[in-house]
Amino acid sequence: MSSATTNETPPAPVEAFAQVEQAGGPLLPLRKAGLARFAERGYPTTSDEDWRFTSLKPLADLPFLPTLEPLGQALGQADIADITFGQHDVDRLVFIDGHFSSDLSIILEQPDGVTITNLSNRLSGLENEIGSLSANDENPFIALNDAFFTDGALIQIPANGSLAKPVHLVFLSTANEASQATHIRNWIEAGANAQGTIIESHLSLGQAVASTNVVTETRVSAGANLEHIKFQDQSLNAIHLASLHSELSNDARYAFHSFALGARLSRNNLRMRLAKPGIECVLNGLYMTRADQLADHHMIVDHAAPHCDSHEYFNGILDDQSRGVFHGRILVQPVAQKTDAKQTNKNLILSDNATANTKPQLEIYADDVKCTHGATIGEMDDDAIFYLRARGLDTKTARRMLMHGFAGEIVDRIQHDGVREELDQLVWNRLEGEHHLD
Amino acid sequence: MLEIKNLQAGIEDKPILKGIDLSVNAGEVHAIMGPNGSGKSTLASVLAGRDGYDVTGGEVLLQDDDLLDLAPEERAREGVFLAFQYPVEIPGVNSAYFLRSAVNEIRKHRGEEELDAMNFLKAVKAKMKELGLSEDFLKRPVNAGFSGGEKKRNEILQMAMLNPKLAVLDETDSGLDIDALRIVADGVNRLKGLDNAQVVITHYQRLLDYIVPDFVHVLYDGRIIKSGDKTLAHELEEKGYDWLIRDAA
Ligand SMILES: Nc1ncnc2c1ncn2[C@@H]1O[C@H](COP(=O)(O)OP(=O)(O)OP(=O)(O)O)[C@@H](O)[C@H]1O
Ligand SMILES: [Mg+2]
Repeated sequence: MSSATTNETPPAPVEAFAQVEQAGGPLLPLRKAGLARFAERGYPTTSDEDWRFTSLKPLADLPFLPTLEPLGQALGQADIADITFGQHDVDRLVFIDGHFSSDLSIILEQPDGVTITNLSNRLSGLENEIGSLSANDENPFIALNDAFFTDGALIQIPANGSLAKPVHLVFLSTANEASQATHIRNWIEAGANAQGTIIESHLSLGQAVASTNVVTETRVSAGANLEHIKFQDQSLNAIHLASLHSELSNDARYAFHSFALGARLSRNNLRMRLAKPGIECVLNGLYMTRADQLADHHMIVDHAAPHCDSHEYFNGILDDQSRGVFHGRILVQPVAQKTDAKQTNKNLILSDNATANTKPQLEIYADDVKCTHGATIGEMDDDAIFYLRARGLDTKTARRMLMHGFAGEIVDRIQHDGVREELDQLVWNRLEGEHHLD
Repeated sequence: MLEIKNLQAGIEDKPILKGIDLSVNAGEVHAIMGPNGSGKSTLASVLAGRDGYDVTGGEVLLQDDDLLDLAPEERAREGVFLAFQYPVEIPGVNSAYFLRSAVNEIRKHRGEEELDAMNFLKAVKAKMKELGLSEDFLKRPVNAGFSGGEKKRNEILQMAMLNPKLAVLDETDSGLDIDALRIVADGVNRLKGLDNAQVVITHYQRLLDYIVPDFVHVLYDGRIIKSGDKTLAHELEEKGYDWLIRDAA
């Protein structure tokens, strides 16, 4: 790592930790260990294989100002009435800069045994759980999150239970001041045969260069069926780093949908461990970028048991000088016979200056498996445009229809009708605004 | 209806159509036959306005309008319909949505009221039944994962919904089983009227047992080297093209 020493070093995580240490609490060992790991590794650089296409310089150059206290921005229900999914019949947990807002949150009538609250409100019993699913990951951002997370969602659905309605987690970044660094930790647990839909939104209120670091650990027990929609629509100055660690049990079904629409730089690390037979895991994502945005999805699907299916579908629509990065590693362990793993990454390039980097990586150590992958990077299909024009649609409509279809492939995989319809409309509206339609 | 005069066109300096004359009147069915590579699909593409072809001479009039001046979508709105030899798969674009947009675009152009979702569904389902297409096609993306025969039937469905003045069918019979062939032919025949015309490109006489042409033309090396009535198709079936090609040379 080549770094010039300057006289004025910006506040770094190690200095900022004093306040965390002082606050103490049951998670202090986790936090200390996290800080130590981060101090050792520092921010990844592009010479790190996992970060080859994504430079974190924009973040590493900022002073480190964790939002350890609420910044005191008073918001009312009216302020968030218009957010995406704001009109849905959902339970809602709202966090502002990583701090729970009970005023803005709404939790109504969930069945017995269902827990929906903020994590710091119900830590007891979870001290040793938090961090257990993400522990094997060397990503320095998890270490940083361990050290500095302020709060996040806790969702527990008991065995055979189901959420009465979707839970919407709303993470607002006030982004009034540059360098604000928010650290969020979520813990989600679905008991045996439990069911539910979770929506996770990340939005900015201001335009400052603020960062969000969110780590989500998800445990899906035998036979459970969980749908998780992550909607990242932060300001085009934001830096968004997310990592998801899911442990799935026998015959569990987990569908994770990632919509990366906002942020100047976004990175989603997805780590799926399929260590019991019969699991069906779907990772499904859409990134739509413009200006100098970069959207990066980096996943590892670890097939460590037989008879599991994993499907990854990621489509990107890239405009201006924006970039899309996709890294999909599928690991099929020797025991994982009858694995069915499928991965596609398709990139639609709307401008000469937009780029996509895609890297599928299949490592297969079992012999009786079905694994396919495919990646495309290209412009809109001229034959398809002509086909539509030959049916009376003008070029602009044809292009819009193709783009919409391209995004629709991803949106259509959402099972929850209301969420799917709202996202479909939202994507359509965004594409309407595209200036590369004519 | 359609007047093609000495049409010459090619791709990247390579001449493909070398002077085509063809006149199609309302109410007529014309068959175009000819060996592989003779220019049949090129003619269809030039009529529909596909990019990449250079028209180097001649003209094409549709009801006295200069067709070659129009963009593909304008031609479609004026009533030109091409059933593609290779219908394009369009993943993600819902069939019902696509077809309703197309129908309404054309209705708008004709000054007709647009169809709302309900009326559209009613109309399209009736046509689908006639063509033996199952209704769940409407929910699927356009042509995506359709079998060869399904794609061809889907072209005919679109034609039936768009009700063109001039339909050009490029090997719509290829890849169809006998039953599907009859269904498709029935679909085409139902559309036949005094105010429209059909140009049917095919390699097989058997289609012409169902869609009976008023004229049969043989295209070879970018020219129509022989025209006749439906008996010409039988003759070709028996004797192949060699005798014509020899005569033409
Ligand atoms: N895009 C292209 N670039 C170069 N040559 C082309 C292109 N498209 C067609 N051709 C050539 O033009 C000629 C006519 O092709 P066309 O597809 O019109 O034939 P066809 O009569 O429809 O044949 P078939 O019966 O096999 O469908 C062929 O020699 C073909 O190779
Ligand atoms: Mg052809």
